[in-house]
Amino acid sequence: MIPVLISLIAIFLELSLLAFGGGNTILPEMRRQVVDVHHWMTNQQFAALFALAQAAPGPNLMIVPLVGWRVAGLPGLLVSSLAMFGPSSVITCVVLHLWERFKAHRLRSIVQVGLVPVTAGLIAASAVVLTETLAHSWPLLTIAVASAALSLATRLHPIVLLAAGALVGLLGLGQS
Amino acid sequence: MMTSDHPPSEEAEPTVRQLFVGFLLLGMMGFGGVLPLARAMLVEQRRWLTAAEFTDLLGLCQFLPGGNIVNMSVAVGMKFRGISGAVASIAGLIAMPTAIVIALGTIYDRYQNDPHVRHLFTGLAAAAAGLLLSTALKILWPLRGKPAGLAIAAVAVLAIAVLKLPLLLVLLTLAPMSILAAWRLLR
Repeated sequence: MIPVLISLIAIFLELSLLAFGGGNTILPEMRRQVVDVHHWMTNQQFAALFALAQAAPGPNLMIVPLVGWRVAGLPGLLVSSLAMFGPSSVITCVVLHLWERFKAHRLRSIVQVGLVPVTAGLIAASAVVLTETLAHSWPLLTIAVASAALSLATRLHPIVLLAAGALVGLLGLGQS
Repeated sequence: MMTSDHPPSEEAEPTVRQLFVGFLLLGMMGFGGVLPLARAMLVEQRRWLTAAEFTDLLGLCQFLPGGNIVNMSVAVGMKFRGISGAVASIAGLIAMPTAIVIALGTIYDRYQNDPHVRHLFTGLAAAAAGLLLSTALKILWPLRGKPAGLAIAAVAVLAIAVLKLPLLLVLLTLAPMSILAAWRLLR
């Protein structure tokens, strides 16, 4: 139990410091750690946890407590949340003090503009990695493409699209 | 109704308890994106921040590691009540969502061998992947016509999704390159 908790702390401490551009940029690394490195769950289980986190309200980092809880119960949940939210919060508090000084600084806008392509690429990579878990099934790929297209073309609320996907899935098309 | 640019008065400064409750309610409501709701709560309803202060803080939070709204809650709590305000705000924000995901996870665990439940969650996962796909496209769209930016984004996708390289390595390589490219363009 203790080694598992230490691994969880190490993983989420690192992810906390690397999560530039929000929670979705770190999904592939989280998946690599919990599926490929530690074998705590399968690709499909990870995708299911991501879906659960998306279906819940709140910030999009809610997969973190869920992974911690899935791997090591309540202690896992607590250490994962603390490791994920602690360091970035401390950095926010510290930088808040320095922020005024850098407000007009050109360096700030250069760093901000420069990070955009990296963030965009990381989120695209997350989308690719998650979509890969569906590659074995044409109906599931169709659900994903349809929900992406509807989200781009309409103002439908994400929860409507998630519910629609769940309903189509319930029909069991193309699933074992 | 006052305009959102009206500076919050001294007595409008929230207490630790008000910070906790405010962010608790925000966390419970934000389905599929808390950002628009966060602005409505902080600027329009509770008037803890002016519109300009909100935009400034959001810029800071996007610039830092961690979830944007999570960092925003910490920043707002810190601004009014120091460390205890920051802790109350972030705890309020993530308390209910954490309880809800664990409840959903428990349901999934108990019934995941039921084919209907498995099919339902597989469909849900597919739709969630699709939503992320559309988010990625929306973020990539402003990069059109910027070959350097698109190239960096493409390398990031290749490195993470195809080559499965560790994120630390990819960030430490690509972020300085990308910032250098931005510097050459903005100079």
